[in-house]
Amino acid sequence: MTKALGKDLLGLEPLSTEQIRLILDTAEPFKEVSERQIKKVPALRGMTIVNLFFEASTRTRISFEFAEKRLSADTVNVASSSSSVQKGETLVDTARNLEAMRINMVVIRHSASGAAHFLADRIESNVINAGDGTHEHPTQGLLDLLTLRDHFRTLEGRRVCIVGDVLHSRVARSNIWGLMKMGVEVAVCGPRSLLPKDIGEFGVTVFKRIEEAIEWAEALNILRLQLERMQAGYIPSLREYNRVFGVTRERLDRAGHRVLIMHPGPMNRGVEIDSDVADGEHSIILDQVTNGVAVRMAVLYLLAGGRPELADAAKGGSER
Amino acid sequence: MTHDRAGRAPRDVLLRRGRILDPSRGVDEVGDVLLRAGVVEAHGKSLGTPDDAEVIDCDGAVIAPGFIDIHCHLREPGREDVETIATGARAAAAGGFTAVCAMPNTEPVTDNQAAVGFILRQAMRAGAARVYPIGAISLGQRGEQLAEFGEMVGAGAVAVSDDGKPVASAHLMRTALEYAQTFGIPVIDHCEEPTLAAGGAMNEGIVSARLGVKGIPAEAEEVMVARNILLARMTGGHVHLAHMSTRGSVELIRWGKAQGVQVTAEVTPHHLTLTEDACEGYDTHAKMNPPLRTAADLAALREGVRDGTIDAIATDHAPHHYDAKEREFADAPFGIVGLETALGVLLTDLVHTGILDLPVLVDRLACAPARLFHLPGGSLARGAAADVTIFDPELEWSVDPSTFLSKGRNTPYAERLLRGRAIATIVDGQVIHRLAR
Repeated sequence: MTKALGKDLLGLEPLSTEQIRLILDTAEPFKEVSERQIKKVPALRGMTIVNLFFEASTRTRISFEFAEKRLSADTVNVASSSSSVQKGETLVDTARNLEAMRINMVVIRHSASGAAHFLADRIESNVINAGDGTHEHPTQGLLDLLTLRDHFRTLEGRRVCIVGDVLHSRVARSNIWGLMKMGVEVAVCGPRSLLPKDIGEFGVTVFKRIEEAIEWAEALNILRLQLERMQAGYIPSLREYNRVFGVTRERLDRAGHRVLIMHPGPMNRGVEIDSDVADGEHSIILDQVTNGVAVRMAVLYLLAGGRPELADAAKGGSER
Repeated sequence: MTHDRAGRAPRDVLLRRGRILDPSRGVDEVGDVLLRAGVVEAHGKSLGTPDDAEVIDCDGAVIAPGFIDIHCHLREPGREDVETIATGARAAAAGGFTAVCAMPNTEPVTDNQAAVGFILRQAMRAGAARVYPIGAISLGQRGEQLAEFGEMVGAGAVAVSDDGKPVASAHLMRTALEYAQTFGIPVIDHCEEPTLAAGGAMNEGIVSARLGVKGIPAEAEEVMVARNILLARMTGGHVHLAHMSTRGSVELIRWGKAQGVQVTAEVTPHHLTLTEDACEGYDTHAKMNPPLRTAADLAALREGVRDGTIDAIATDHAPHHYDAKEREFADAPFGIVGLETALGVLLTDLVHTGILDLPVLVDRLACAPARLFHLPGGSLARGAAADVTIFDPELEWSVDPSTFLSKGRNTPYAERLLRGRAIATIVDGQVIHRLAR
């Protein structure tokens, strides 16, 4: 069997343009599975997948679980709101125990950057990073790309600005790598205290003011502002954040051109995004969620050794 | 002069036909050195062999004043599972160090004369490299009240430092620099502005931004380097800056020295040979504090060592239990072991590559440390302490942490092929380490 992606999906930074395109193309036929009356194909029948969530997550965990179940995999959810350290067991012990139960794949969400790498280096199972600290969230980056491609038809040359707390955002990093590899022009915009010091070296444009970003962009990917950032002294208040950086109807109207609105969720309505923007006609936020399942099906299928050219057949149940 | 357990005077040791390299006297010549009764007795082109003398063939090897590591962590008392004074002193000897200075961040903290005495007693028992205790600046390293420098020096401490816990209070640093002058000891600071460095795990830069790891900016060090130089200028005290890691620090020290400020500094072998790139893949063996920096910093540090802005090279030997490093990058402890790899790494990456002349390296490892901390050694002049490091600069070996005498195995140099290694280490005229060539 071909292993188009290698053993693991740890981030978009190490992937080639061809690999990203392959995942997006493989996701296309899987979109249709979720529209059927009977949402199930046998592609991963007999495979065991552990969803190992060390951090609270609703959307990502459910999306992965739907993707796994619609591919007929057997799944186990291990959720722990506390980190492995607080729990008393080290991550390496957790990994060894899982491996001893003869599983096939691990989907891991963890508060420490590099946790997915750490696990992948120590177990033979495929590891999918479902978000590690402030490093990467590759399936989110992929579903954002798929959603943009659906709306733009081609990604090459498009202009996308990531808005908000880039410093602490794994979504931002996966988006930057994914978008750049697909030929998209990428910018970031946010308070300087919430952008990495050396962000310019990533090869992205930096906008100091949201008005300039909106004027330039064809799509905005608006990041969630964590409440803790205020207590940690990065910004003075959520109120001022909304006044200076919030994406509002007035600001969008002033741009005079259509700007697609994305958000990885969960949203703080009235902080980084106003409700009439989130619910407005250019919002593609729910399309992102729908595409999340298809993209994750594609990743699971490819890592399991599924042949991309058979994805269409696989969903038709030809292996039956 | 020390006697062995049976009370006999030690044998003479004749070091035969080596390259005698003693930068303290500008000597670089081939010849013999005779050690008798704990001191250097004679050197010459070809000395006769006294009866019953132990002869060490130094053909192709360098005979240098004993190396002194002015910065290491021996973990005893408190973490004897990780290192003891005995294992640390033996590791030092194996690495060619005849003496080490032990930092006070033990449990309990070495902040009083009894604790200083304990370290010296344990070192005596070990009978390996000499161990000089460094006392804490503040009680419990809490950064509040000065520890009793006078009593600690009386018991054998050679310097004071709150290493590992930067001295955040400028007032405390000022009084330490003033008070230490009575005893003629340097005040060592781990330069790190705590609020800038808080939560950081590696250098703040493009690599940390990519890896999503919270960074420690160069400025966290430089702000404190500048502060300490100004306080040394104000007080007339001797400030010694531990493990410098940035280009800005080198420039500030150069400025301070030009002003006549009593500022001295050290750098580690790893900050001279590795960059932040070593953290790729979340390798916890590349996690240290201060963090590995950029290629530009590395170049400036090398130049600082060459021109003497950085006075000494010290290991910051920091052993950890192997599974303490076997975890997520942010949660792993800072630090690596260094005693047994320092010489090989420095020879391989700095001397054999032509970046640093061998006499300069010997000065930074042996002469300067003795000078800065007012320690015996640092010279092979007649009558000097018979502390000698003999190393073969061409001996090739590969780093196998499982063979370390240190209990620590945490090194980023595992499996590195190195050229140059200590073949004999002599303390007080007694051979405490020998390596068969």
